Formats: sequence, C-alpha cells, structure tokens
Amino acid sequence: MSQSDDTLLLANVSRRGLLKGMAVGSALLLAARWDMALANEKAQFGAGAMPGGWVDNPNVFIHIDSDGVVTIINNRAEMGQGIRTSLVMVAADELGADWDQVRAQQANADQDKYGNQNTDGSRSMRHWYQPMRRAAAGARLMLEQAAANQWDVPVHEVRAEVHKVVHRETGRELGFGELASAARELDVPGRDALVLKSDSELRFIGKESGLINGELKSAYPKAVDGEDIVTGKAVFGADVDLEDTLYAVVARPPVYGAKVKSVDDKEALEVTGVKKVIRIEGTGQPAAFNPLGGVAVVASNTWAAMQGRRALRIEWDTAPAGDNADYTSDAYRKSLEKAAQSPGKVIRQSGDVEAALNDADQRVSATYYMPHMAQAPMEPPVAVVRISDGKAEAWAPVQNPRATREGIAAIMETDKENVTVHQTLLGGGFGRKSKPDFVNEAAHLAKEFEGQPVQLQWSREDDIQHAYFHAVSVDHLEAGLDAEGKATSWRHRTLSPSIASLFSPDPKHKGEFEMGMGFNTMPFSIPAIRLENPPAPAHVRIGWFRSVYNLPHAWAIQSFAHEMSVAAGKDHRDYLLELLGPDREVHNLTVGDGWNYGEDPDLYPIDTARMRRVIERATEEAGWGRETGKGRGLGLAFHHSFVSYTAIVFDVEVDDEGELTIHRADIAFDCGPQANPERIRAQMEGSCVMGIGIALKSEVTFEDGVAQQDNFHNYLIPGMKDAPKVIRVHLIDNPDDAMGGAGEPGLPPVAPALCNAIYAATGKRIRRLPVGDQLS
Amino acid sequence: MINLTINGQQHELDVPDDMPLLWALRDVIGLKGTKFGCGISECGTCTVHLDGVATRSCMIPVSAARGEITTIEAMAEDAVGKKVQQAWLDLGVAQCGYCQGGQIMSATALLKKTPDPDTREIADAMAGNLCRCGTYNRILAAIERAADKEASS
Repeated sequence: MSQSDDTLLLANVSRRGLLKGMAVGSALLLAARWDMALANEKAQFGAGAMPGGWVDNPNVFIHIDSDGVVTIINNRAEMGQGIRTSLVMVAADELGADWDQVRAQQANADQDKYGNQNTDGSRSMRHWYQPMRRAAAGARLMLEQAAANQWDVPVHEVRAEVHKVVHRETGRELGFGELASAARELDVPGRDALVLKSDSELRFIGKESGLINGELKSAYPKAVDGEDIVTGKAVFGADVDLEDTLYAVVARPPVYGAKVKSVDDKEALEVTGVKKVIRIEGTGQPAAFNPLGGVAVVASNTWAAMQGRRALRIEWDTAPAGDNADYTSDAYRKSLEKAAQSPGKVIRQSGDVEAALNDADQRVSATYYMPHMAQAPMEPPVAVVRISDGKAEAWAPVQNPRATREGIAAIMETDKENVTVHQTLLGGGFGRKSKPDFVNEAAHLAKEFEGQPVQLQWSREDDIQHAYFHAVSVDHLEAGLDAEGKATSWRHRTLSPSIASLFSPDPKHKGEFEMGMGFNTMPFSIPAIRLENPPAPAHVRIGWFRSVYNLPHAWAIQSFAHEMSVAAGKDHRDYLLELLGPDREVHNLTVGDGWNYGEDPDLYPIDTARMRRVIERATEEAGWGRETGKGRGLGLAFHHSFVSYTAIVFDVEVDDEGELTIHRADIAFDCGPQANPERIRAQMEGSCVMGIGIALKSEVTFEDGVAQQDNFHNYLIPGMKDAPKVIRVHLIDNPDDAMGGAGEPGLPPVAPALCNAIYAATGKRIRRLPVGDQLS
Repeated sequence: MINLTINGQQHELDVPDDMPLLWALRDVIGLKGTKFGCGISECGTCTVHLDGVATRSCMIPVSAARGEITTIEAMAEDAVGKKVQQAWLDLGVAQCGYCQGGQIMSATALLKKTPDPDTREIADAMAGNLCRCGTYNRILAAIERAADKEASS
C-alpha cells in the first residue's frame, strides 16, 4: 500500500497545509467499475431531478487505507448545519466503521463525478441519505467478499462488524484496513445485491445523543470539525495559506445598476502596500452572479487594500441604474400597501370570497410588513483565486460550487475542466453564499496577476450594503367570520419583488417556487378562499435568505390566524385546529403549487395531521392555557416548509418600560426520520435565535437606492441577551413518513409566534417588522 | 519596526503603526485562527487576549498592542482555555464555527477573572460576541460547565 501517506494527508480538509495537494488520487479508490447506466438513472423528483442528480458509487465516496483509516467524501457545503458530520456519520454507520477511524474529506466542485452539490433548500440529508447508505453498503459487501475469498468460504458465512469482518464458525477476523487492498480489486455490487442495515443494527443514525434540552444525556459522537474549530485550525474562505497572496477589496456602486463615471486613484496608489487599482466592469441588470462592477484595490495585505479603497475618488454614474436611484423604503412600503388594496393576479380560488366577505357577521383585516434583510453570515464573502497557464484554482466558502466553477470558466473563456474549486468551510451561509459573485470578482482580478493568488475580501459594510437582500414584503389579509366566529372566507394578497428579477427582466410577480413557500399551500379548511399576487418591482438584488419566502408568508398567515381567533373570542390553539379541519393529505397541485420543494407529491403530501401534531405537542410541552400573570403571555405559530413541520410556543414578558424577556421557547418539529437528532436540535435552537432577530431587530432600509445600514451597530442581529432563557426542542417520533429538511423549517414560525406572545402579554399587535421600539 | 509578543514568541514586523492587530496576525504573521467579522469592534469574532484581557484585534493598532498577546491557537496550552474548549466540544456548541474562536477567547478571559460567574456576568461578558448561527444557549451552558470543572479541580 503506497498511498497511506496521501490518504492521511487528505483526511481532513481543515488541516493546515493540505490544501496545496488536494487532488483525489485514483489510487485511493476501492474498486474498478460501476454500472454507469444505473448511476445515470434520472428521476422526476427529489435528488434525481436536481442538476447532476445523485451518485451512489462507493468508489466515489469511500476510501479505505491499509492502516484502517476510512475517508468518506462529503459533497455538500458545510455552513453550520453539521452535514460534514451527519452525512459522513450516515455512511460510516452503514459501512460499520469505527467513528474514531473515520475522516471526512470535502469534495471539490465536480457535479459530474459527485452528483448535485448545490447546498440549498434544506435537502442535503433527504437527497443524500439513501445514496450514501447504498455507497457504504456496497463498500461493506466488497469487504465481506474480500474476506470470504481469503478464507475460501461462502460470503454469506462472513459478516462485517465494527471495522472488521468476522467468520463466526472459525472465529477468524480481518480488519477493514487489512481487506482494503483486496476489496479494491472487486467489482462493485449491483444495487439489487445491497441489503441496508436494519434499525437495530445502526449505531448512530436516528440515535439521540449530546445535549438534549439542557441535559447532556450521552456523549456526542465527535463532530468532524469540532476540534479544529475550537483550536482555531478550521479552514474557512480566508484561511488558506498560499505563498505570495495578494489581497483585494472592491468599491462597488452604491446604487444597483450604477457604473463608474471616473476614478482618481492617485492617493490610493500612494498607500503603503497598494500594488494596483483595477476597474471591474459590471454587467448591469439583471446582475445574476456577476460582479456589480466598481474599482478594486490590490495590495500586499487586507489593511492596505482597505486604506487604498478609502483613498479612491470615484464618481458614479447612476443613469444606468434607472429608477433604482429613487428607491426609498418608506415610499416603497406605502406603494405596496396601496397596491394591496386592489385585486392582483389570482393564484388560487375556491368559492365566492367577495360574497362571503359581504355576508360575514364579522370581518377581520390586517396588513403585515417585513423589511429587507441581509443574510450577514459572520464570515463575510471572501475567496481566493489563482490563475496560471490558462488554469484556475479557487478556494471559496460557497454553497454552489458548480456555479462557482462555471462562473470562473466563463470569465477565463475556458472549459470548466480547467477550473478547480476547493470548497472550504463556510462561516455561515444562510443563502448569501449560494451566489458566487465574490468568487467571480476574485477571478477577474486574478487574471491580472498570472500565477499569484488573489484573496478578495468583502468588508462587513460591503456585505450589508451589497447583499442579495431578502425581499421586502407586504401581505394584506381579510377574513369573514360567521356568528360563531367560524371562518367563512379568506383573502390574501401577497406582494414582494421576485428573485427571478436577478436573472431575467423583472417579472414583478412571485414565481411558482416563491408562492409554493407557504402562500398557495395555505392549509386552512375555509369554504371561500382567494389568493392574489399584485405586482411589486425589484430595485436591489433580491436573493435567497434562509427559509426565503416562507418568512413573510408564515409571518402574515400565522399572525392573521391569531387575529381571527381573538376576533372570534376563541383560544388560539383551538382555533388553529378548527381552521385546519379534519386530518387530510393535500396534493400540492390541488392548491396550485407546481413546485412542492421539488419533491414527489405522493411521498410528500401537505399533511394537516402532521400540522396538528406539532401544534399539540408544542402547546402541551409549553403548558398552554396556564395562568401567566400580568405582562406575560404565550404565543403560538406553526408552519410547513421544506417538507417538514414546525410549531413554536413562546413564553414572554414585557415590563412597563417595554423591555421584553423571552422566558422559554418550546419547539415541536417533525421532519419524518431523523438522521442525526443532535444536529436537528441544534438547527432548531439556532433558527429560534435567528428568527428572534428577524422579529425584533434586523432591517435594511434604502434612501435613493442606497442601503442605510452598513455594519452591526445599525444592522442589528441577536446577541446572547436576546436569546430565550430556555429553548426546548421536541422532536416528533415519526419514522414512517419521508425525510424532510431541517436547516430552514425552524425559522418561519418564529416571528409570528413571538409577536403573538407579545400580544398575549400586552395586547399590542405587531404588524410591522422589526418590532424595534414599538413596545416602549 | 513593530515588536509584538504573540503566544510567547517575539515578532518583529515591518508594518504601518496604524495597522490593526487583526491584519498583522492574519496577513503578515499567518495566524489565521483570529477571524475578521466587522472591523469596528461590534461582533467579537476577532477577540484575542492582551495581557489576559479580551480585546478586539480589529481596531487596536499594532503600535498599541503592547503586552502579551494570546490567540486562539494558544488556548489548548492554557489550563482554563483547554477546559473551555472541552466544554465546547462536550456540548456541541459550534455550528459553522467561524465566531467560536472569539467566543472561546471571551469566555476564557471571563473565567480567569471570575471563576464562577452567574448568568448575568456571563451574558455581560459575552454581549460583544455575536453568533449568526444562534448558538448562545449552548455557549452559556458550556461556560457554566467549564466553570464547574474549574471549581471542582
């Protein structure tokens, strides 16, 4: 075995020094052949419908070294959701590997080889759980076959145990490492030969471990990057250590679509360490993932580049920006609120809403506002690109390595085969790093410095002022209630600029995937329903933000359902269950949702029984109905998103000065089967805190097209004191339904549940986010 | 020339006096464990110890960084720092991990000064350290866990 040194070196992407030699050597591969016909199998839904589809070839994902070290390739971006631990753990469990001898290695950008690598939509685990188990089961079978061959016994007499294969009758055993080289020579078994482990044979998958609601129940299997993170060795986008690196920052147009009219770089070039000033041409609107354009300063260190940028004298031409230069948030909100008074494009209709509203004993009406927000991951966008001899190498914290690779190739006017993208850890993503514009900027600059790495760093100001902003939204709802308070009609008009405006002329209406995020899938059983989408133009780059359009839809619908219950004089939980009606499964197409998160409607119906269960569980755990005393109250909301189900109850107190204390959050979550409950809990806790920020603090406003917030002193995100004193996560035991997402579905119900709790505590109704100083 | 003492080692740097310590650590010396988050001392991601005091390296100029500078890379050799790191691992605190070096530096500085802090003292000491993943409840629990170990050892 000649490759052991390489394998150990390659074992952990976070180890310093390894990035220089990250090629995955074919010598490491376990075996020789795979049936490409099967691997190319296409499906209409799920992973199969994604670009690149799925791959379950053990050779691609699992390497075993002669000393027993098992290296498992992770092909999804690690941005805090723990996928590098969870997905690798799934494969290790199926393989039977000793966790202490497992190493994770990050895949480079190569969708042809690894299958889909675009980490968004909360789908890494649900799309890769089965392929990774099959890959591991195939490798396990090959190890068993190798042992059977060596002992000259039938394969059914041998069995893989933890990191070894045993022959029960004779007591002989061989370690995985001892078998690796013989196993490598075998054909990969066909899919029909694979037998996945039964639940009772699993050691990690689905097992609760670690910290559960404040108590450390059992040791948590070591997180892949845990040790590197706490010792400062983990490699994020700016942490690759390459010789002769140049450092760059870019001054971008303050208004979306504006261009450089003139630049005086004399003083910038006088700053110690500044090497060069380079203009980057933007492509104008729609910007997609292209640079916004502007002026780059390249220097010997980041500080010099920043100082140089400060010294630039740039005159901007806002004419190409059109009316983006007039974009002002207050006026825009008023224009949407006005547009919400008129009918819009009808998205879903049943019964005669106008007649039912006119006949109602009581009408409830409200308009809700959610502002622009910046994802603001703690690691601002950053990338390193080196171009030499017509080939590029990039190191970048990106959610979408395929788009990153193709973007660099386009800039170089070459094939993607000439571009290598090393995916580093992401210091948070939240949708921002789905857009590799910052890598493209670095590639433009690297072209000017043959053979030298250029590290392009965004400052926090850059990040907040030039985000791909979460869409601002106005939602106007009206409902009619009968004499008993029962809902007879529901009309919802939703207005937001569309993410489609990033890629094509502004459609001014939400697209199918945007409305499918909790708007047209509204689950209530009401006789007359009309859902409309009046137009809303985009004036800034609009982009994915964790949970995306589920945020405004859940905020409006769950706030409004509470307002209806108050108007009806009924308990909020009882009212929600009444609105849901009898348990039923809804096919997405019957509510006009042609998207369904890309999933098969038979596997993933919209299931109101699962909604009911999370509502019941969260309220039971929270002690719903208990006496809370003056200034204190409980608030509830639920939401279905990313084919999972979440309900939250907050227990809050507001004192006479308007000071809010969040005593407790009880979160019930149903994602079907749970691969790694420990990280699911972590996602729910984190979503809860981020959602509190959305409810209370975070807002980007615009004046004349310019973002008015630029750093954490005025773009506010939650700190420790904003977190609930206690967060309790209640995972619904539901192994029978199909697996759902976990990274995003915890977020949408947070803001409405919190605002409903504020109402219960104070009688103050919040219809405009963030809450800010509305309580004082 | 600027002379700095970092993790017990002397460094002589040819950098401008006003360069923030963060960039000297990262771009000049190559210690990349200290992270850039905001550049204006609002997020705590860049926290180091200056003579044991939690200090934001993104705003302090190298010319003012006189004293013993300690970074996350040296925490494993620090008795308290090591306990804090272990508590972080035990409770699975980190999500993306980018801010956690700074969190650990602030937590360690707190426990060295206040070995058995109450919740309010922890929240005050950690108020300047932001985490976008929202791991605060586990950070709090980990600091309490590290403090327990400190008290019992």
